[in-house]
Amino acid sequence: MSAAGPGAGPAGQPPAAAPGCGAPAGGVAVTARAVGEAVIEGHVRRDGSPVTTGYARLIDGGGEFVAEVPLGGDGGFRFFAAPGSWTVRVLAPGGRRRDETVSAGYGQVTRVELAI
Amino acid sequence: MSRTDVLVDADWVEQHLDDPGVVLVEVDEDTTAYDKGHIRTAVKLDWRKDLQDPVRRDFIDRHGFEQLLSGHGIGNDDLVVLYGGNNNWFAAYAYWYFRLYGHQRVRLLDGGRKKWELDSRELVTTVPDRPRTSYQAREQDTSLRAMRDEVIAAIGKQNLVDVRSPDEFTGKLLAPAHLPQEQAQRPGHIPTARNVPWSRAANDDGTFKTDAELQALYGGEAGLDFSKGTIAYCRIGERSAHTWFVLHELLGQPDVKNYDGSWTEYGSLVGVPIELGEPR
Repeated sequence: MSAAGPGAGPAGQPPAAAPGCGAPAGGVAVTARAVGEAVIEGHVRRDGSPVTTGYARLIDGGGEFVAEVPLGGDGGFRFFAAPGSWTVRVLAPGGRRRDETVSAGYGQVTRVELAI
Repeated sequence: MSRTDVLVDADWVEQHLDDPGVVLVEVDEDTTAYDKGHIRTAVKLDWRKDLQDPVRRDFIDRHGFEQLLSGHGIGNDDLVVLYGGNNNWFAAYAYWYFRLYGHQRVRLLDGGRKKWELDSRELVTTVPDRPRTSYQAREQDTSLRAMRDEVIAAIGKQNLVDVRSPDEFTGKLLAPAHLPQEQAQRPGHIPTARNVPWSRAANDDGTFKTDAELQALYGGEAGLDFSKGTIAYCRIGERSAHTWFVLHELLGQPDVKNYDGSWTEYGSLVGVPIELGEPR
């Protein structure tokens, strides 16, 4: 089995025990795991300020939902993906939405800075 | 059963959250979400600490459920409105759990916490103080819950719906990579299961798709035979509770069970059949 898979958590927050199918409370540890992972992370801003209420969704090349996280206090998000092409979809209040296609690879951190 | 018997929308909640006899309950995968802000008058249930037996892998028993709801000031006649994050996964799990113990007046907030936030509706941090009740639960309704032997017996005979992602279904992944402690021993899926990821039943804002869209998805595209019983499963039973809600509560299929043991149990059983790869 591949060591990588879809995981997610608000960026810049400390890790906690992982309880279930979704993101653990407070986010996911990145520093210890990023070396062998295909990390996609970034921030969402509006008029230069972080968007703190909203969601980032990771969609695979077949259009399937993989993971979704609420944006962090700095507008950040982070996904542990597998190598390949992905779509990051951001949803925010006011019907704001943006899709961004990105490529991820093992041992890489793909950064996505989005303005909505 | 109509959609309004099992779902309420955000406008309804805003209009009725102060009504006597209406109790809002937030259940999240991220159990800290409630503490950061919740719908005014809502109480919190922690799906791990409150709903699981602290020693065995099983639910709290009937007496424990009675004590839990009594302590949260929930009465037998109250209308319980459940909502939560991540497209209502754990709220749907709690909905199924409440029905398991016989609570009849229960609804899901369509879209859950995400829709509420995207609408920029009010969230507060004040925790309500509800007077204790004397809640009386029923014995578990086993017609809603599948156990492992029943799942094995259903192979090739009933509808088995694997609601995990395609990569988990085919065996490429055992689980999302940040959850290694809850992996099964073997990857794959139960033979004859159809892979219908839970997310296909939801819109981007977390609301459920229309009945016509859901009927087309499960009865058409997925090819479920509704003349047979159906068992839904995922990894630990919360995503499949979402699908159970769609099939049993929205589409009105009478014989639908949630297998909460799901892949973490099945994928660790000795001697049971497993398939890898695409469905045959």
